[in-house]
Amino acid sequence: MPKKIPYSMKYFTFSEDKSFVLESGEKFGPITVGYETFGELNKKKNNALLVIHALTGDSHATSQYDPDNATPGWWDALIGKGKSIDTEKYFVICANYFGGCMGSTGPSSINPETGQPYGLKFPIFTVGDMVDVQKRLIDHLGITKLHTIIGGSLGGMLVLEWNYKYPDSMENSIVIASAHKSSTQVIAFYEVGRNAILADPNFNNGDYYQSTFPERGLAIARMVAHITYLSKDSIQTKFGRDINENILESDLMYGFFGPMFQVESYLRHQGRKFVLRFDANSYLYLTKAMDMYDLTRGKIKLSDAALKFKSKILIITFTSDWHYSPQESWEIVKALMNKDKDVTYVNIESPYGHDSFLMDNADLERVVSSFLKEKKTGGREKKNNEKI
Amino acid sequence: MKKFKEKIYQFISKEIPNNSRVLDLGCGNGELLYHLITKKGITGHGIDIKTDALVKCIEKGIPVIQLNLDNLPLDFPDKSFDFVVLNQTIQEIYKSKEMIEEILRIGKAGILGFPNFGYFKTRFSFLFKGRAPMSEQPPYKWFDTPNIRFLTIKDFKDFCKEENIEIIKQIYIKKSFFRNKYKEIKYFCNLRAELAIFKISK
Repeated sequence: MPKKIPYSMKYFTFSEDKSFVLESGEKFGPITVGYETFGELNKKKNNALLVIHALTGDSHATSQYDPDNATPGWWDALIGKGKSIDTEKYFVICANYFGGCMGSTGPSSINPETGQPYGLKFPIFTVGDMVDVQKRLIDHLGITKLHTIIGGSLGGMLVLEWNYKYPDSMENSIVIASAHKSSTQVIAFYEVGRNAILADPNFNNGDYYQSTFPERGLAIARMVAHITYLSKDSIQTKFGRDINENILESDLMYGFFGPMFQVESYLRHQGRKFVLRFDANSYLYLTKAMDMYDLTRGKIKLSDAALKFKSKILIITFTSDWHYSPQESWEIVKALMNKDKDVTYVNIESPYGHDSFLMDNADLERVVSSFLKEKKTGGREKKNNEKI
Repeated sequence: MKKFKEKIYQFISKEIPNNSRVLDLGCGNGELLYHLITKKGITGHGIDIKTDALVKCIEKGIPVIQLNLDNLPLDFPDKSFDFVVLNQTIQEIYKSKEMIEEILRIGKAGILGFPNFGYFKTRFSFLFKGRAPMSEQPPYKWFDTPNIRFLTIKDFKDFCKEENIEIIKQIYIKKSFFRNKYKEIKYFCNLRAELAIFKISK
């Protein structure tokens, strides 16, 4: 079961009167957003940078401000004092997703009307709803225009959605290892994961909070997903066909079938680690929101969606990423170019697959930091990139 | 060298009306685009393969796209740019003919700038020293030069004739003898010009 959150967070609660309307038309509240901020907001309030985490991430983007440094930040590689996203210059905001389980209202939260966790009674929500909730937080912080909004993977989809829904809310955008919709293959993999959770005998129709959690199902879901985050080459290089000699790691099944490959041991380890921090219901809702997302709404052309964009945008992919491949981002780049938008595209050489964006990568660091630096041309609109 | 570049930018800039849409293939550090954006208010994108070059462009605030120009055709719609520029790059392109065809497909007009290998110094080097043409800066050797296509002004004109490409304008540039200055020339260009700029369309 999810542990208590080991770092200090801030909370913003709204829609106590259920005034918040989801894309489904359902009214929902109260909604609490758990978030963290790093660095100082300046007087002009124009140095705010919204960092959006990926599917199973949380608000803890950097550990630099922890008193004990106990929990690593998921983007310590990029965010911190003097780093590419310099917290001495920018006011960095990172909020846990609506529907998540790391501080924000989600299926594991207590429904104040029943005193019980929502479970599957939590309303169906979309990526658009997740963006709307973030927008409410930014409004609450008194920020009218974000300096930059940045996200990887599902976080990148939210950046795209922000640009579509609130094109005046940011000067710059960075979309990393993402797509404007998930491919059939990605949907298929997440469907296997969801099925593993639903098939767990402890799932109990999502009502498991008082008893045993569907840990096996959730762990299997994570194992499947984790394969999609690595490249064929990187998993090969890392584990090959090595055997795990540690018998304790093994179990009955392996006593029967033979020795355990390192890669098996690794995936099990990833699964075990994941169930300690994530809620199975949140995983169902969030993966479904991700699979359902389509910037074009299945109705308009991608270039027509791109027409709405106003920010200076940087799109980054990694050569070995097959979860959201460079080709998928290229479609967005093309659409933005065709509408004569200020788009920059960098395809970074990396063997580590989709996970590349979370790892130390000198090219990623210098591309992001040069993009954030003050521009000599002042961008397309002269008022862009005002000095901060 | 810096003056030389600036001179080229000035000549290219003259051919591009204000607020045009420009695509610069092989944009390098983005100096030409920077010139066009700040002086002519154009919008457009640079394309380059080298990450170092991209970072330089990004620092200048120039929209740039990382693409390998050897992967043809280019994935852009017909006539989607007013001008497609290929400055000092054609000599590095393996599929040069397809590249020029692509420029004229996606651009309403193309601007090509290339070193003229008919330039007399280059000829002398070959004739008397018996050495393959070598650019002055940086001084590449035969085994490490990115320049794989050697063409002269005459070669290019023949090519345009064969391919029914219209030459809208041709500019030939040489270094003046006594001062470190570059100027446009009109006569005996294939022999005297160090650099040619062609504005073409189809």
